Amino acid sequence: MATRQQLVSDDYEYGFNDGDVGVLKFQKGLTREVVDEISRIKQEPAWMRDFRRHALDVFFKKPMPHWGADLSALDFEKIVYYVKPSDRQGKTWDEVPQQIKDTFERLGIPEAERKFLAGVSAQYDSEVVYHNIHKDLEEQGIIFTDTDTAVREYPDLVREYFGTVIPSEDNKFAALNTAVWSGGSFVYLPKGVHCRIPLQAYFRINSENMGQFERTLIVADEGSFGHYVEGCTAPSYNSESLHSAVVEILVKEGARMRYTTVQNWASNVFNLVTKRAVAEKNATMEWVDGNIGSKVTMKYPSVYLVGEGARGMVLSIAVAGKGQHQDTGSKMYHYAPHTTSTILSKSISKHGGKTTYRGLVHMAKGVEAAKSNVKCDTLILDEQSKSDTIPYTEVSDSRVEMEHEATVTKVSEEQLFYLMSRGLSEEDATRMVVMGFIEPFTRELPMEFAVEMNRLIKFEMEGAIG
Amino acid sequence: MAGPELAIDNLHVAVDGTPVLKGLTLTVRGGEVHAVMGPNGTGKSTLAQTIMGHPRYRVTAGTVTLDGQDVLAMKTDARARAGLFLAMQYPNEVSGVTTANFLRTALNARRDSKDPIRLKEFRDELDQAMDILSIDHGFANRYLNEGFSGGEKKRNEILQMLMLKPRIAVLDEIDSGLDIDAVRIVAQGVQASRNPEVGMLLITHYQRILNYITPDRVHIVYDGHVVTSGGPELAETLESRGYEWIRDELVPAGEGSRA
Repeated sequence: MATRQQLVSDDYEYGFNDGDVGVLKFQKGLTREVVDEISRIKQEPAWMRDFRRHALDVFFKKPMPHWGADLSALDFEKIVYYVKPSDRQGKTWDEVPQQIKDTFERLGIPEAERKFLAGVSAQYDSEVVYHNIHKDLEEQGIIFTDTDTAVREYPDLVREYFGTVIPSEDNKFAALNTAVWSGGSFVYLPKGVHCRIPLQAYFRINSENMGQFERTLIVADEGSFGHYVEGCTAPSYNSESLHSAVVEILVKEGARMRYTTVQNWASNVFNLVTKRAVAEKNATMEWVDGNIGSKVTMKYPSVYLVGEGARGMVLSIAVAGKGQHQDTGSKMYHYAPHTTSTILSKSISKHGGKTTYRGLVHMAKGVEAAKSNVKCDTLILDEQSKSDTIPYTEVSDSRVEMEHEATVTKVSEEQLFYLMSRGLSEEDATRMVVMGFIEPFTRELPMEFAVEMNRLIKFEMEGAIG
Repeated sequence: MAGPELAIDNLHVAVDGTPVLKGLTLTVRGGEVHAVMGPNGTGKSTLAQTIMGHPRYRVTAGTVTLDGQDVLAMKTDARARAGLFLAMQYPNEVSGVTTANFLRTALNARRDSKDPIRLKEFRDELDQAMDILSIDHGFANRYLNEGFSGGEKKRNEILQMLMLKPRIAVLDEIDSGLDIDAVRIVAQGVQASRNPEVGMLLITHYQRILNYITPDRVHIVYDGHVVTSGGPELAETLESRGYEWIRDELVPAGEGSRA
């Protein structure tokens, strides 16, 4: 086996890689054969293979999106579309290959699992290498497994919902994901079941030029409640990697689902993700979305509010440093009366980084008494950094209530002077202002994640002065 | 160790190129409270901001020393850690940071990083200080100065002084905009901190707060320097005769024509 390399970058603490540990690695490039081979390795049913093939056609036909971040450095021919890291999936960490286990130890996953998680899924490159769920949750009928296993073991459920929230035709990257997807989580919460502790998935890219295309499908049946949390990191390489996930969520009548992400990709990763939920009558969908890493992120978690009284919330934070562009936001589609949506977007740019809030609130005809509230707050730490706010609204009914508010602040000389006059160094004072700024976000995270988030932000802020 | 001594000697300060302080001299020692009075715009707040090192205030001549150490060579945070404190006239708001979290961070900033203050000890001290200032304990969990009334902000400044235990405290118009009850409470907090180890510079436009805090010395500042100094009776004279009196009797003809 390759010796473990320690390519820790100056400003990204998870930038190490494990060398070439995979048991099977495809050649670079994307063809029909690549798609068929993935399907064959996974021994998929014909319907899924056909689904993939169709998606590939859509992907080839669709142009690159030009309305958002600069994707010119992304070359689909230089990406490896499938890397199998291990021959089997572990149900205990001891069954996971040592090197991979060490990496997850270093990322703190087994420890977090012991302390406060209901179940954990750990994906390494293309495959989930570890999966476990508390026995009592299983007994309540909760399904939490990787999506590949779900296709085999729960074919009817998967087939009923897969691709229904985000069809391949939705966008180029959704099509790409559908063609080459591997791993991801499948969650089913039965009627009325409340899963009070979070289920977590952790996504780690190890290989260079890797494309990670996990596919997540969550179905929260009537009156259920759940919280799914994901974290992501990758090594720092000189060439680009691609993370292009699709997350589909169905929140049935009266159910409530929260999906929390803390994305901390290395600064060579293109993070182009489609996340969407459908909320039925009186259902609540909440996206809590943190974007700290990556080279470019384009991600707009959205909620289709299709049932009367459905609620959608997006709470997001984006941090863009040197060479980074966080093009993020949210889309809320109101298709029923008395639906409400709330978007709170917070972004921080520093060291020449760029953040863009791009959002849409759509009010269809007949959505009497629908309400939407959008608030975008931006904090700019230096003169080289940039921020844009691009909010769109489409309103076809006059009986709705909409609010939009945007603020841009700089850390002011007066604020720093005040904090420094109490003995805080300039760096600590700046950090304190930043932590305060993102507090409405960290407040919503499970405690352990809030601690991790604060730690990450502190780490990001080191050397931010001067 | 002897009590602290802040010595300001012939201090000249310019703000955006305009001279404001023009040779101000003043010394405060531990155990003393000095009141600095004078009409608006004569440089009282400039003195306060300069002592603490606000970047907008440029010292063009003179010295400020704390126990012989050159204060002007230090950055603002180093001055604070050396024992200087400024209760500000317009305290800043910091959203998302609780008053308790801020105070603990500030206290730890002046301790060895391996020896942070214990939570219990901190809480007890904070509760005690809040009681002196008749502050509801829930105050500690509110974001720093955000949405505070004028009176709450001033009380919070004094709360910070009680917690940080400076060696020299400069209180800049800590009484302005307060009703009479609030002035009394704030004055109580100041009185509670009086001891031989702390010297105070009480900057005020009005004599009112001096009904509760009897100063050891009173200095009248006009046009950027001290025109006269005296005991507590000087404040009373000023109260009864008004600032006109300074202009008419204390400033030599030809001086004091301010822009």
